[in-house]
Amino acid sequence: MRKSLFHGLLFTSPAILGFLIFTLGPMIASLVLSFTDYSVFKEQTVFIGIDNYVRMFSGADDYFYPSLAATFYFVALRVPAVIVLSFLIALLLNMNIKGRAFFRTVVYLPSIVPAVASAMIWMWLLNPDLGLVNSILNTFGLPGSNWLYGENTVVPSVVLTSLWGIGGTVIIFLAGLSGIPRQYYEAIDVDGGGWLSKLRHITIPLVSPTIFFNAIMTIIGSIQVFNEAYILTQGGPNNKSLFYVFYLWRTGFRDAEMGYASALAWVLFIVILFFTFIVFRTSNSWVHYEGEGRS
Amino acid sequence: MRHSKASLIAGYILLAIVTVLFIGPFLWLIRSSLMDLSQIFTMPPEWIPKPFHWDNFHRALTVLPFGTYFANTLIITVSVIIGTVLSSSVAAFGFARVEWCGRNFVFAILMSSLMLPTAVTLIPSFLGWRALGFYDTFYPLIVPAYFGGGIFNIFLLRQFYLTIPRDFDEAAFVDGASYFQIYRSIIFPLSRSAIIVVALFCFLAAWNDFMGPLIYLKSDSLFTLALGLQMFQGTYTAQWDLLMAASATVVLPCVAVFLLGQKYFLEGITLTGLKG
Repeated sequence: MRKSLFHGLLFTSPAILGFLIFTLGPMIASLVLSFTDYSVFKEQTVFIGIDNYVRMFSGADDYFYPSLAATFYFVALRVPAVIVLSFLIALLLNMNIKGRAFFRTVVYLPSIVPAVASAMIWMWLLNPDLGLVNSILNTFGLPGSNWLYGENTVVPSVVLTSLWGIGGTVIIFLAGLSGIPRQYYEAIDVDGGGWLSKLRHITIPLVSPTIFFNAIMTIIGSIQVFNEAYILTQGGPNNKSLFYVFYLWRTGFRDAEMGYASALAWVLFIVILFFTFIVFRTSNSWVHYEGEGRS
Repeated sequence: MRHSKASLIAGYILLAIVTVLFIGPFLWLIRSSLMDLSQIFTMPPEWIPKPFHWDNFHRALTVLPFGTYFANTLIITVSVIIGTVLSSSVAAFGFARVEWCGRNFVFAILMSSLMLPTAVTLIPSFLGWRALGFYDTFYPLIVPAYFGGGIFNIFLLRQFYLTIPRDFDEAAFVDGASYFQIYRSIIFPLSRSAIIVVALFCFLAAWNDFMGPLIYLKSDSLFTLALGLQMFQGTYTAQWDLLMAASATVVLPCVAVFLLGQKYFLEGITLTGLKG
């Protein structure tokens, strides 16, 4: 293989330029903005040091902590729900049964529905007075719920609507599961172990890298939830679903406080880095890579 | 693996439940889109429209200029797909098939941007486009696709290119081919299926994008389907028949594209998951 720095840079230059113009540049600019009170409504922009960050953490901002709380609650509910449910569905789809391709399509299909349309469908399904879900509950003699309109139910309801789109995660699990050699299970059959011991001693350890990947992606995605808050709830009721990125958008684009919104964005970045770091640190103890002697 | 009869039956029952839960909302959407309001509000709910109100679609699509929204969405989506396929395949070629000093370092830097939340670059990007006079145009939504087309797509194509034997390039070099000719007549054609995967994911991302159009488009005449549908919901809150007809219209192209390219979609996700 011959070397050519010129050609290497030539082919990658659009991507490198794109990175400099659309990622690195804006990143530095937003860090600088986060130390100012920049607003499109103000004539002069003043450098205010760390005041934006002080305003956030000191409690002077009435919405910062509620939005953090709403987001963490959402992440804490959604990540385990997505991982467990999609893993279970993948186990079902991995069984040696007829119609696998059909069931796989069924599970994946909702994940391609545009967020706005999916939101409309769920608003209608979860409508407290006329929605299908409450009317089914009533048929079974169960009380309905206010779902998206209740202070205590809004975040679980948003999680519920988002579970409709877990198809992508299921398919990734399925790929991990189908990579497990059949002989491993046969060994357990010989030892007389049942379904549960197969799951515990073979399936879960061997797909743990896939669980790890899905967990990271789901955490990063869930922290940045925006569409649902914008379309379904507008942050309400009583700021119970004021998810962080929605609050950031509102601060930057509706209230035009772009300096402060930039500071919010950097805090978000650090939160994401922190969570990713934690998951990576703990992964040594539970993620099993074949051929590395770790368990 | 062989299953006992009991576990097979249990599996089918659970899959049937899953199917009802995942397909149910689609049926509810279609059923509601074909009813008049009085039947929609009947309790307990009915599933079969009586009669079928096909005119809901006509009414929903004419109260707002959905034809324009459709055209706008199509223009943006097609432009983004072309840009992404061109620029990510070229960049992936530079990272996979050309040997150069610092290649892995540059690639690692680009990959690190995957961790960056879009919120961080959102405000300066917006201010930049506005300063250039491109606020309320399609440019902010389209142009970035021509500069790399997303590091994730580059990564995906690079992984694919690495599986193509080196001998092909060497033989072409001996015949006097240039790097660009190798890209155009060997690597690009051989990666057809990976490129289709990138194009399909790109279609979905662009078609479904909500935040981008929300931030950069102000004029009604430039709205995309996603924005239009959101507007519609704000205006016709209680008109569930029309709202569902409009939603069904937005969902339909996605479902069609998915069913046509299903094989590639499932392959593509598997590819991304395994390499993670």
